[in-house]
Amino acid sequence: MKFTLGWLKEHLETDAPLEKILDRLTMVGLEVEQVTDRAKGLETFVTAKVIEARPHPDADRLRVCRVFNGSEEIELVCGAPNARTDMIGVFAASGAYIPGTGITLKPTEIRGITSNGMLLSEREMNLSDDHDGIVDLPEDTPIGVPAVGIMGLDDPIIEIAITPNRGDCLGVRGIARDLAAAGLGRLKSITTEPVPGAYESPIGVTLDFPEDMRGACPYFAGRHFRGITNGESPKWLKDKLLAIGLRPISALVDITNLMTFDLGRPLHVFDATKLAGGLTLRPGAAGDTFLALNDREYEADGEMTVIADSNGADALGGVIGGTRTGCDESTTEVFLESAYFDPVRTAATGRRLNLMTDARYRFERGVDPAFLIDGIEIATRLIMDICGGEPSVPVMSGREPTWQRTIPFDPNRVASLGGVSIAGEEIVRILGTLGFAVTEAAAGRLDVSVPSWRGDVVGEACLVEEVIRIHGYDKIAVVVPPRDHALPEPALDAVKRRRSVARRTLAARGLIEAVTYSFMPSPDAEHFGGVSPAMRLINPISSDLDVMRPSILPNLIRAAGRNADRGQSDARLFEVGPQYAGDTPDDQSMVAAGIRVGANHDRHWAAAPRAHDVFDAKADAVAVLAALGVATDRLQTVAEAPAWYHPGRSGVLRQGPKNIIAAFGEINPRVLQAMDIAGPVAAFEVFVDALPAPKAKRGAARPYLTLEALHPVNRDFAFIVDAGVAAETLLAAARNSDKAMIAAANLFDLYEGENLGAGKKSLAINVVIQPADKTLTDAEIDAIADKVVAGVAKATGGSLRG
Amino acid sequence: MQDIEELKTELMDQVAGAADVAALEEVRVSALGKKGRITQLMKGLGALGPDERKAAGQAFNALKDEIAAAIDGRKDGLAGAELDRRLLEERADITLSPRPEPEGRVHPISQTIDEVVAILGEMGFRVAEGPDIEDDWHNFTALNIPADHPARQEHDTFYMPGGGSDDEAERMVLRTHTSPVQIRSMTNSEPPFRVIAPGRTYRCDYDATHSPMFHQVEGLWIDERTHMGHLKGCLIEFCRAFFGVDDLPVRFRASYFPFTEPSAEVDIGCTRDGGEFRIGHGDDWLEILGCGMVNPKVLDNCGIDSGKYQGFAFGMGVERLAMLKYGIPDLRTFYESDLRWLKHYGFRALDVPGMVGGLAP
Repeated sequence: MKFTLGWLKEHLETDAPLEKILDRLTMVGLEVEQVTDRAKGLETFVTAKVIEARPHPDADRLRVCRVFNGSEEIELVCGAPNARTDMIGVFAASGAYIPGTGITLKPTEIRGITSNGMLLSEREMNLSDDHDGIVDLPEDTPIGVPAVGIMGLDDPIIEIAITPNRGDCLGVRGIARDLAAAGLGRLKSITTEPVPGAYESPIGVTLDFPEDMRGACPYFAGRHFRGITNGESPKWLKDKLLAIGLRPISALVDITNLMTFDLGRPLHVFDATKLAGGLTLRPGAAGDTFLALNDREYEADGEMTVIADSNGADALGGVIGGTRTGCDESTTEVFLESAYFDPVRTAATGRRLNLMTDARYRFERGVDPAFLIDGIEIATRLIMDICGGEPSVPVMSGREPTWQRTIPFDPNRVASLGGVSIAGEEIVRILGTLGFAVTEAAAGRLDVSVPSWRGDVVGEACLVEEVIRIHGYDKIAVVVPPRDHALPEPALDAVKRRRSVARRTLAARGLIEAVTYSFMPSPDAEHFGGVSPAMRLINPISSDLDVMRPSILPNLIRAAGRNADRGQSDARLFEVGPQYAGDTPDDQSMVAAGIRVGANHDRHWAAAPRAHDVFDAKADAVAVLAALGVATDRLQTVAEAPAWYHPGRSGVLRQGPKNIIAAFGEINPRVLQAMDIAGPVAAFEVFVDALPAPKAKRGAARPYLTLEALHPVNRDFAFIVDAGVAAETLLAAARNSDKAMIAAANLFDLYEGENLGAGKKSLAINVVIQPADKTLTDAEIDAIADKVVAGVAKATGGSLRG
Repeated sequence: MQDIEELKTELMDQVAGAADVAALEEVRVSALGKKGRITQLMKGLGALGPDERKAAGQAFNALKDEIAAAIDGRKDGLAGAELDRRLLEERADITLSPRPEPEGRVHPISQTIDEVVAILGEMGFRVAEGPDIEDDWHNFTALNIPADHPARQEHDTFYMPGGGSDDEAERMVLRTHTSPVQIRSMTNSEPPFRVIAPGRTYRCDYDATHSPMFHQVEGLWIDERTHMGHLKGCLIEFCRAFFGVDDLPVRFRASYFPFTEPSAEVDIGCTRDGGEFRIGHGDDWLEILGCGMVNPKVLDNCGIDSGKYQGFAFGMGVERLAMLKYGIPDLRTFYESDLRWLKHYGFRALDVPGMVGGLAP
């Protein structure tokens, strides 16, 4: 919403300086977004009269002008075609900076004649692109005074943001009212006295809605004018509209625009001679197609409000009018419309047609339902003043919608909700100035009647807001909120803390956290299990972000690809975030996922880099699970990873037979090929939410630690087994062969060679035997070793390597 | 006895002259070995008379001890010298880089959320969460944003197919703010509430200052007494702690949100003097968050007695907080996963923010 300071002062009697006005605007909720001081840089330019303009003796297109600037006569050379004797223009003296050209003037000799200044065009003043001639001011302009004042440029343009609840401030008067309440002056009165009608309107109005659409346009006021002249608007009106960025069109249209921005009262003017029969307001029907004033064609439907004559629809109520019945310079009779249109329906109409207009913007935020007649009368005066002619008796149809509302108000709520004590009289003054009618009710309570223009005020809390925003939020004393307990409980419960633990565990392992979109391209999603129809966005921001992600991995792989394109082909990325299996809350789950691409480090003098592989991914997954308190030595590792992993180099970690808590492996080369990403890529997904909720602990105490006094005994074994035997099976068999004595069994060598025979491999393990109360004899150790060999043989069919 | 002195001198010279451990060993063998000269002399004692034997024996033993001590001493010296030589040879170029250990990073969004939680957790707020795919009721209606309300149009909502497209109330959307978590918290438990909800939010908008996905932290404090003075106290403390500026100017000005009444926007002081942006005392203000007293209609919608309970809610953009605090210039870079950016703006794993250990590394 734009207006000028001078415009504001037409409604607000104030001597407050601009800075104070701007500050109060922002503080009461009318946030100042921009202030444009058009006079800036133009202050030294003065009005000056051309005493004589004669042709330059040595140049056809130049004139030599003697100019009087109010104190002295100056000679200058001017190239403007409109420079002539006796005109009044804008003079810039030598030494002045010309903003439109970026040049600082100095005395210059032009073909033998010294030019000591300049008469300026609008472009040179940076006001417009007009460079056809110099500024030509009216004959009665005083000489030698600052040009910015004469040209109306010393009036700063203020632009404020209007929140959706404040439709009443979409007219300058509403803004002035808020400022008056805030103590910056007095709201001036306006004349709404009726202008008597000279004749009956030849055009009638019918509201023709079915019962369930009565609210679409409950009230319509109109007035016919005859004998008018619709020419160019006077300068004051054009200047006003230009200042706020509106293009003057014709007097009648400019008057409706003025009413819109000055009083928040949208109006429409029909050329009455172009109307066939009376006006009917009704739901749109088949064939209601018309060319609107923005030169686009619209088709109304049954949910929209159209304004039609007997030739059909030519306006959408509250949104836009049509060209067929619009006004132009030849208009001599006009029918003025001042109606109330339903906010919701107006908004829906505009949305469906993707059409925003100044009228829609106001109607959907709610215009004053009690200002239709006043609006007609004010506009009548403007039309008669500017266009002449005479008005008919106003035409009314329907009735004013009920807006009256009284809110019981306990003024103590200002302190108990708003946190600031304000005297009763001041509360009443603020509400009164804003237009609320306040009466005493029982026991210190008030009854507050809401003015017709404040449909947003519906309850006690709204009244508290009105009072304290005008009083000033800065006057609310700061209270440090009291604590419930001296020490707060942890902000995160055990389940939510897991995300943070997973995140910092992975970062500590050298992975770099990314945050990627929750959406992804559907072709990528297809490679990672695909998505259900419920996961497809109806209105994606772009076609490559069209589905919710079923897995985090594709986004990370894409990110690695982008980094590779920039020359960083090695990447270790992870993300702790949601993935989606459907659109219910339970379908969303937290996952810690990561990828390792390329080498584990750069080339180094002391350490050879190697390619990341499945075991890096497994280590990441196990590390996260361990950090989350999972007993990772009791997990089952099963080669049942989803299809996006390499079928031979991937697996899942399971708790029990069903609960998969992680997947890891190298990404299937087919998937990488389809995504056009260079591999290999090692990846893991830890399904953080799949972990059982932590049990309520009995306490923080750890189990008692028994430190064995005797040295453990180490024995190494090498077994030859079938290539398909899982190492974990062999190790478990070794450990279980004498649970009491064997503390650990670890694999330290894996060998596959032709000398072992086809389909065979050698697994070498170290078994740690822990004596409990006495040193073991060789015979006892041998007996344990025999159990290991027998146990492994039974579980794997393997035998000791000879 | 003259012989002994000569022998001693000779052997001592040999010990002193041994150039290395091996030569010294030769000296030892030649003097003290089985066939060594002192050993031979000792063996010859049996041929002497008792008195002579005693005197000679004592002299030979003294000689033996002296030589042995000299050898030991010489040995230590030689070993030390040898170690010195070896240490010298083992000298490494200590300007060489150590073996590589990859360094991880925590994303600025995660770090900022952790900071916010650390501060507000200190005030007794607990973290709550809700789904990203919300139904229309939780995201809009319950928050007093009815269908066709102009405020709803400003949300640029992403729509999902589920929930039955005929019934707007059940239509699924990507949550446009974290405020629906307020609703979930209030409908799932009883007041009083002190809840914060960090999380992902979505709006169908993309340009230099808008991303289709971003993060917010929602706050909700409901009891029987909390008023706007408490709201100011809570958020002023928060802003000052978060930005680490004890006297940071914080300004509350009137605004509008459908779910709060009265509503406010909060600005913090800043300066752009000399083209350099700085948070703190200055001539300018910067909008940082929105807040207000929870609209009684919202409480009623959640089945909470608005005649008894009241309180405040606030919401802030995580990326905006991070950009301002850490000088990150461009919103869109947060989601690009550019390794150079992540390494530069990311945080170390052990930089865990806390009110005791400090908020920023």
